[in-house]
Amino acid sequence: MITALLLFWPALAALLVLLIKGQGAKKVAFVAALIEFAIALVATLGFDSASGSTQYELNTPWVASAGIGFHIGMDGISLLMVLLTTFLVPLIILSAFKHDYKNPNTFYALILFMQTGLIGVFVALDAFLFYFFWEVALIPIYFIAAIWGGANRIRVTIKFFVYTIFGSLFMLAAFVYLYFQTGATQLAAHSSDVQAFYQLALSSDTQSWIFWFLFIAFAIKMPVFPFHTWQPDTYTESPTQATMLLSGIMLKMGIYGVLRWLLPVVPLGVSQWDELVLILSIIGIIYGSIIAIRQHDLKRLVAYSSIAHVGLISAGIFTLNEQGLQGGVIQMLSHGINVVGLFFIIDIIFSRTNTREITSLGGITQNAKVLSIFFMILMMGSIALPLTNGFIGEFLLLMGVYKYNAWFGAVAGLTIILAAVYMLRMFQGVMFGTKSEHTNAFTDLTLNEKAVLIPLIIMVFWIGLFPNTFLSISEPAVGNLLSIINR
Amino acid sequence: MTSIILLSVLGIINLFLGFLKSKRILLPLVMLFLAVVFGVNLLDWNNTQTYFSNMLTIDNYAVAFTGIMTLTTLLILPFSQNYIDAEDENLAEYYSILLFSLVGAIMMVAFENMIMLFIGVEIVSIAMYVLAGSNKHSLRSNEAALKYFLMGSFFTGVMLFGIVLLYGATGTFDITEIGAAQVGADGTTNTMFVMGLLITIIGISFKISAAPFHFWAPDVYEGTPTLFTTFMATVVKTAGVAAFYKLMAGAFDASLASWFPTMIAITVLTLVVGNIGAVMQPSVKRMLAYSSISHAGYLLMTLVSFNDFSENALFFYSLSYALASVASFGVLKLVEEERGGNHSFAAFNGLGKTNPLLAFVMTVSMLSLGGIPLTAGFFGKFFVFSSVIAAGNLVWLVALAVVLAAIGIYYYFKVVIAMYLQPAGENTKVSASGFAIAVLVICTVLTILFGLAPGLVSHML
Repeated sequence: MITALLLFWPALAALLVLLIKGQGAKKVAFVAALIEFAIALVATLGFDSASGSTQYELNTPWVASAGIGFHIGMDGISLLMVLLTTFLVPLIILSAFKHDYKNPNTFYALILFMQTGLIGVFVALDAFLFYFFWEVALIPIYFIAAIWGGANRIRVTIKFFVYTIFGSLFMLAAFVYLYFQTGATQLAAHSSDVQAFYQLALSSDTQSWIFWFLFIAFAIKMPVFPFHTWQPDTYTESPTQATMLLSGIMLKMGIYGVLRWLLPVVPLGVSQWDELVLILSIIGIIYGSIIAIRQHDLKRLVAYSSIAHVGLISAGIFTLNEQGLQGGVIQMLSHGINVVGLFFIIDIIFSRTNTREITSLGGITQNAKVLSIFFMILMMGSIALPLTNGFIGEFLLLMGVYKYNAWFGAVAGLTIILAAVYMLRMFQGVMFGTKSEHTNAFTDLTLNEKAVLIPLIIMVFWIGLFPNTFLSISEPAVGNLLSIINR
Repeated sequence: MTSIILLSVLGIINLFLGFLKSKRILLPLVMLFLAVVFGVNLLDWNNTQTYFSNMLTIDNYAVAFTGIMTLTTLLILPFSQNYIDAEDENLAEYYSILLFSLVGAIMMVAFENMIMLFIGVEIVSIAMYVLAGSNKHSLRSNEAALKYFLMGSFFTGVMLFGIVLLYGATGTFDITEIGAAQVGADGTTNTMFVMGLLITIIGISFKISAAPFHFWAPDVYEGTPTLFTTFMATVVKTAGVAAFYKLMAGAFDASLASWFPTMIAITVLTLVVGNIGAVMQPSVKRMLAYSSISHAGYLLMTLVSFNDFSENALFFYSLSYALASVASFGVLKLVEEERGGNHSFAAFNGLGKTNPLLAFVMTVSMLSLGGIPLTAGFFGKFFVFSSVIAAGNLVWLVALAVVLAAIGIYYYFKVVIAMYLQPAGENTKVSASGFAIAVLVICTVLTILFGLAPGLVSHML
C-alpha cells in the first residue's frame, strides 16, 4: 500500500496546488514534497534490506482481459531510486523559491505531477505500466521546459520531446512483441508482468533485435553517445528546476530501465552487444569531457560533464559484474546529488550576475566564502575525490570496467583526470582571479539557498564516508539481478 | 435494425419540424432523437439477427460501430450553434441529412450483401456531397462539393464495377456465398474474381481517403464547413473502415494471398503520405485533414493483420480517434469562427491564456491523436500495434508506424506550441456556447478515462 501512496500522493498534491492562486502555491508544493519524502523514509525503515526480493508489492488487474496488471513494488534498487527522487524534489522546489515564475500554481503542480511519473517508473513491475509512467513523466517536463525556458526553448524542447518519444515507441513495440511471446495463444494467457518477461527463453537472434529496440529508448534518455544531441541544448534552455529534474532524476530512468527491463529480459542479446555498448559509453566519456573542457557557458559545461559521467555509469552496468552494477547504482545517487547541486550553484551565480560565461566571471571567493566552500565540495564530488560520494561510485565502476577489459578500464579511467581539468578550470575561472564588473557586488548565500545546499553537502559526505548505508540496500537486489542474467 | 428505421422516420419528422417558426427547438430535439437511437441500438447487443432475406446482419460488430457513430454524431451536433444563431433557413435539412447519412453508415457496418454495402456507401456519399457544398456563398465550399462529387461518383462507379465482376465470378452478391466460392475446386482463384476484388478495394479506399486515392481529402476537408468536416473525418471514416474490415475479414479471408500485397501497399502509403503530408501544412484544418489520412493508415493496420485481436483494436482505435477528433475539430470550429474563418496555426496563438479550458481540451486531444499515454489514443495505438505484432511476420510494419507516429507528435505539438508558447497578440478570447463546452469536456473526460481504464470497452467484441 505504501508504494501506491508514494505513487499517487504527488499527483493528488498537484491537483491541490493547481487550485491555489498566487505565490502560496510553492509553499504547499514544498510541504507536499516533504510529506512524500517522509513516506519514503517510512518505507525505508520498514524495508528488509537483507532480502533481494520485491517488497511492498501491490498487484491488481488493470486491463484484466488482456492480462495487463497494475503491479507495483520495490526492491533495493527501486527503493534507492525512490529515495533519490523524493529527496531531490523538495530541494528542487525549494530552489525555485527565489524565482517568481508566472503561473506558479501550474509550475509547481507540473513538478509534482512529474514526480508521480518518476516514482511510477521506478516501482512499476508490469511492462506496460512502466511504459505508461515513462511517458507520463515526459509530458510535464516538456511543458516546464517549454513554457518557462529560455529564448530558443520552442525549437529545443520539441526536439527533445520528439527524440525521446521516438525512442520510447520502439520500446513499446518491443514490449508488445515480448508480451505476445508469453503464455499460449489466447489473449488472457499473455502477461506483461516483469516475472513473465524474465522467464521468456527467446532465441538469440530475436533477443538481438529486441535489445536494440529497448536500448534505443534507454540510450536516448540517459543519454549515451551518439544519442545525446538533444541533451546539451535542452539542459541549457530549460529553467534550472527543469534541468535539475532532467539531469538529477530523469536520466536515471534510462539507467534504471536498463537494469530492470533490458539486462534480465534479453541477456543473450546483451551478451552480443555489450562490447559495442561499452565502447560507445567510453567514447561518450572522452567526448563529453573534451567538449566540456572547451565550454564557456557554465550550464553547457555541466551538461557535457553529465554525458561523461553517465557514460561511465552505463559502461559499468554493461560489464555485468557486481562491482560495475553496484557502482552504477551508487553513482546514480551521487550523480543526482552533485549535478543538482552544481546546477543550483550556477543558477545562484546567474541570478546575481546575469551571466553564465566563465570569462565574464571571477573573484567570487572574495565576497562569498560559504558559496565557495559548498561549490568546492560539490565539485570535488564530481571529480570523485576520496571522502566524497563520487569516489565510491567511480571507483567501483572503474573496477568493474577493468575486470571486464583492462584496456577499457584504462581509457575510462581518464574520466577522473579529464573531470579534474574541466571542473578545476571552471572553478578557477568563476571563483578565483580578479573581480569582474559582474561579480563586484556579489553577495553570499541566503538562508533559502543554504537550506537547499546543506542537505546536498551532507549527502556528498554521507555517501562518501559511509557508502554501506546505501550499498547494503541494493546489494541483495543486484545479486538477484545477476542471478537472473546468468541463468 | 430498429435504429435504421427509427433514424429514417425521425429524419423525415425532423424535415417537417423545419416548418416551425422557432428553430431553437430543433437542436435539443435532434439530440434527443439520437440519444433514443443510441439506447435502442444497444438493445440489439448479443442478439444477432438477419433482415431482408439475409441482406443485413445486426450482430455485436454492427451494434458496437453503430454505437460509436451515433455517439459521435450526437457529440458533433452542438457545434451547429452558429447556424442556429444565424437563423439558417436550411437548418432542419442539415440535421435530416446527417440523420439519413447515419442510416447509410449503419448499413455499411451491418451489410451482408454487396448491394447493401453499395447502397450504404451511396447514402453516406450523397449526403456528404450536399453538406460539403452547404455554405452556398463560399467559393471554397462549392469547390469542395464539386470536387468531392466528381471524384466520388467516379469511384462509386469503380466500386460498382468491382462488385459486378465479383458477381460475374461467383454468381452471387451475398458475402458469405462469395466467401465460399472464392477458391475454386482446383484450389486456384479465378482471375475475374481477383480483378473484382482489387477494384472493389480501390473503390472503398477512396471512400476512407487511403493513399494513393486520398487527393480529394485535404481540399474537401478544408472547403467543407467545419461542422460537416468533423462528421466526414469521424463517422464516415469509421463506417468506411469498419465496412472494409468486415468485407475483407468476413468474405475474402480465404483469398488473402491475392489481395494482401495490395492492402499492405495501401496501408504503408497511407501512413507515409498522411504523416509526412501533415508536417508541411500551413493550417490546422489541413493538418487535421492529413492527420485523418494517417489515422486511416493506422486503422488499416488492423486489416492487414486480421486475427483475434484486430476487431477489438479497430473498435477501440475508432472510438478513441472519434473522441479526439470531435474535440479537436470542435475547438478548431470555435476558434475559426472567432477569428473570421482563419484556421491557421497563428489563430491558435495564445489560446492557453485567453481560453485555458479550450487549450486544455485541444492539448488532450492532440496527445490522444499522437498516442501519448494518459489518453485513449495511446491504448488505441497499443492495441493496433499488438494486433499487428500478433500476426507474426509484420514487425517491420510496426517499426515503420512507430517512426511515423513520432513524426506525428511533431505536427500535433505545433498546435500545442502555438497555444501555450506563442503570445496571444491580437487574438481575443474565444466565445463558446455552454452546449459546446459540455461536449468538449465530455470528450476530454472520456479520452482520459479510456486512457486510464481501457478495459472498460477494449475487449467487448
